[in-house]
Amino acid sequence: MINFMLNGLDVAVEKGTTLLDAASFYGIEIPTLCHDEGLSPYGACRLCLVEIGEPGRSRLVTSCTYPAEEGLLVRTHSQRVVNTRKVIIELYLATCPSSKVIQDLASRYHVTQVRFQQKHDNCILCGLCIRYCKEQMQGKAIGFVNRGVDRRITTPFDRKSEECRFCGGCMYICPACQARCQGPAEKSAVCNACLNLSPPCLDHFGETMCYLDPCVACEQGRQK
Amino acid sequence: MSGLAGNLRIDRKNFDTRNGESLVALLQQVQEKHNYLPEHVLRELACSRGLSLMEMYSVATFYKSFNLQPRGKHNIVACMGTACHVQGGEKVLEELSRMLGIKPGETSRDGEYSLDHVNCLGACALAPLVVVDGDYHGNMTAARVAALIKEKLREHKGQTAEALNQEIGQKAQSGCCCARLLAGEINSV
Amino acid sequence: MDALQTGMRSLPELLNLQQQLKKRREQQQNYLAVCGDTGCTAWGSQNIKGVFQKCLQQKGLDHITGLKFTGCLGLCESGPVVIVFPQGIFYQKVKESDIEEIVEQTLLQGKIVERLLYQDPLSGEKIIYAPEIPFYRKQERILLVNNWEIDPSSIEDYLALGGYSAFGSVLASMDSEYVIGEIKKSRLRGRGGAGFPTWQKWEECSEMAAAQKYIICNADEGDPGAFMDRSLLEGNPHSVLEGLIIGGFAVGATEGIIYVRAEYPTAVQKIRRALIQAHELGLLGENILGSGFSFNVSVSVGAGAFVCGETSALVASVEGRVGEPRQKPPHLAERGYNNCPTVINNVETLANIPSIISKGAEVYRRTGTEKSGGTKIFSLVGKVRNTGLVEVPLGVSLREIIFDIGGGIKGGKAFKAVQTGGPSGGCLPASMLDLPTDFDELKAAGSMMGSGGMIVLDEETCMVDLARYFLKFLNDESCGRCFTCREGLSRMLEMVEAITKGQSSMAEFALLKELAAVVKDSTMCGLGQTGANPVLSTIRYFAEEYRVHIEEGRCPAGVCRDLIQFQINTELCNGCGACRNKCPVEAIEGEAKAPHLIRAALCTKCGICLETCRYNAVIKL
Repeated sequence: MINFMLNGLDVAVEKGTTLLDAASFYGIEIPTLCHDEGLSPYGACRLCLVEIGEPGRSRLVTSCTYPAEEGLLVRTHSQRVVNTRKVIIELYLATCPSSKVIQDLASRYHVTQVRFQQKHDNCILCGLCIRYCKEQMQGKAIGFVNRGVDRRITTPFDRKSEECRFCGGCMYICPACQARCQGPAEKSAVCNACLNLSPPCLDHFGETMCYLDPCVACEQGRQK
Repeated sequence: MSGLAGNLRIDRKNFDTRNGESLVALLQQVQEKHNYLPEHVLRELACSRGLSLMEMYSVATFYKSFNLQPRGKHNIVACMGTACHVQGGEKVLEELSRMLGIKPGETSRDGEYSLDHVNCLGACALAPLVVVDGDYHGNMTAARVAALIKEKLREHKGQTAEALNQEIGQKAQSGCCCARLLAGEINSV
Repeated sequence: MDALQTGMRSLPELLNLQQQLKKRREQQQNYLAVCGDTGCTAWGSQNIKGVFQKCLQQKGLDHITGLKFTGCLGLCESGPVVIVFPQGIFYQKVKESDIEEIVEQTLLQGKIVERLLYQDPLSGEKIIYAPEIPFYRKQERILLVNNWEIDPSSIEDYLALGGYSAFGSVLASMDSEYVIGEIKKSRLRGRGGAGFPTWQKWEECSEMAAAQKYIICNADEGDPGAFMDRSLLEGNPHSVLEGLIIGGFAVGATEGIIYVRAEYPTAVQKIRRALIQAHELGLLGENILGSGFSFNVSVSVGAGAFVCGETSALVASVEGRVGEPRQKPPHLAERGYNNCPTVINNVETLANIPSIISKGAEVYRRTGTEKSGGTKIFSLVGKVRNTGLVEVPLGVSLREIIFDIGGGIKGGKAFKAVQTGGPSGGCLPASMLDLPTDFDELKAAGSMMGSGGMIVLDEETCMVDLARYFLKFLNDESCGRCFTCREGLSRMLEMVEAITKGQSSMAEFALLKELAAVVKDSTMCGLGQTGANPVLSTIRYFAEEYRVHIEEGRCPAGVCRDLIQFQINTELCNGCGACRNKCPVEAIEGEAKAPHLIRAALCTKCGICLETCRYNAVIKL
């Protein structure tokens, strides 16, 4: 077993467990967009960032790919993590506002504005569909092409792939197109309709643990 | 000099990575042979070697030195390194693009010229740098590159005035921008 | 010298060969070094070499005077460069027509050809001997010094100057632990950019128990504005190879790989040739020199991707996959190439190894600073008078490099900033000129050492435009895997572009800073983590310039096109029509011999008119 500190708690997990799995085992929610239990970790959406290491010399790593290490200090909801996460969600909203998954994340993590120029992409390149095709269906019908800003997902030579078996798994697993959010009006990308359904939880906590999700008790958090 | 190099039996072996079979190396070989990566060749390779076509396509589009379209007979490359940039490299590239009527990364419709930009050729003392068919031309400016390309166009079209005229006629029909340029030039040839 | 034909099987044979070659070299001290580096080749040095050859033959000198087509001689600005040995007479900007004179005057009569000498721009004095030129005098050339004396295609030259003796002594009397200990004592830090202690990398890898280990030489020098790795590979490939072999011995690797970027075809050719020679001589292969140590080296040519300079992406690329970095751990020392322990070192790092071993760490570390020993090669380019390769001890101040060695700014303009570290680095203003070139100091100042590119900027460089340039570069070169790198950098580019067009606001500027900090914090690999540096460092030191762009809609340096205009001063224009003829978009009109006019609506601001006008009548507002 590996012993480490998770938000100030001494915890123990089996060797090889990722921080994301460890946190989830101990009931701490970390948002992700590119992670799925049945698929290999990818670490591309950057939402599951957690802060590791001594304060002052800490850094952010993706919890879905980082294995628990003996004696590691992990904070899943520090100020730094929460602020970074909020900007990332804001960027997602500015890129792909029609995804219900992303709109829900925005509401849950209290992102109420989008300051970036609005775009309407249909894909966030999380790679879930590609990994689903490859790992669950043993197919290689789709993949990434190009790089940088030109990166996209397509079939070989942009033609119908001979390897595709029309299983539909790629669509099933897609966080951007599986359910369209009906909320956002044309001029604003933030829906936030769901904010009325689930009360805002606290924004961050340093070394303390909160077992309520969403937390409605912490006044300090609500004032943020 | 009677050097060791002279005595050496030059081994044909290139000392390429033992993984000479690596996909990147394989695609490099295809490109060397065909000047680009033709789709049918890649499909054949995928079949005969049991490679994933998707993976090939991903690799071929990821790396900049691979082309999925045929390249022009003449390659014009503008360096966009930092040293070139601060000394006006961008204007040089724009001028090239305007003269040839193609954007960076494209090939002219008649298959004569390809224009590219690279991120640094490591000859920064010559900045801004333009490479035409492997020849380095340093200290370029928008005006100088215009003169250079005009000269190259004339050199490449080193045929009779009649043939040149004919070609310009064809180019003008196909709407190629170098036609305008050549048409302007022909009077002074 | 049978060994040259048959290969060597023992250490005494190596020593013997070195002795013989040394003796032979001492007998032939007359030679001409013609710079054959890319820069000088572009100035026509290939032809010059040919003409020299012919000329020497005609005069019957070809048996007395050798001719070496060397690697970079340093002062690229004055190319093509020819140095006459043994005296070391430095001739610059040599043309084909000058050659007969050089042969006639200098070689036959021992006179100097005055007009080809280097003239000190400050004192106006003509300087005869290369080492006396201020550009060279103030350098400490350990790695580059052999470039003058070595024909890179000849292993004999390298051996004659004591090459491979470090490797010989490693085989004779050292073990892995001792070699790593020496490197530790030398305080050598990785020259690739981050400055990680080399011994630590090696030790980690050597402690791994595995049947197969690899050592990779990273010659994917992608930083724009940096070319020292290329020059080392092209000018002295065997020094890199020797370092790689010693590294392989220290970490217990059986195979070495040299990963060279595709943009350097000459370097690939030179290193391949070096491998063939080392193999033939028995310096590579099985049971090298009868020591029981076996080591092979292969070359892997990149395919054009900056991100492949990142170690895990480099491994992916060598394996033939898409060059995407992966999350570490596991580190490469644990799982690298072919899932075996792998260590990756930069070209310049490896080139330092032979001199550490042969001189001893104690001597080596006398050069450099307390924390990092040795010299560093910088490629000094941009708006500086003497562009070229500069090798100085670590810790020398930026001012010394730019002004004492570089000779200050071109054309008498004012110094504005120096950009170090490529797209991961930053810009340092005049107030930081006395900063020592040290890994930690530069990092604290918001830039970084990087691989050693040093681009000097003058008052005509717009810092916002430069930030835009680097963002554009990184947008092209990001692998696109991490959302924050791909989307964050492209949003940053949009915002900076808006600033260069005067379409931004201070609120957006604040958002830019916030986003830059997030991108820096939240991406996986070095490319994204340092990708915000050019923006953050220019904001840190040149915030005022950003403000002027945003609030006043002005580009003080006159670079941002949407914020400048070209006009013709009617008093100075004599209507010669030169600009009108050159204007690519026919935006200039005017009668002959009457003042011309630029029609702003058509003008694309390419600047050709400004460049063309001989009467300074075209002005940029």
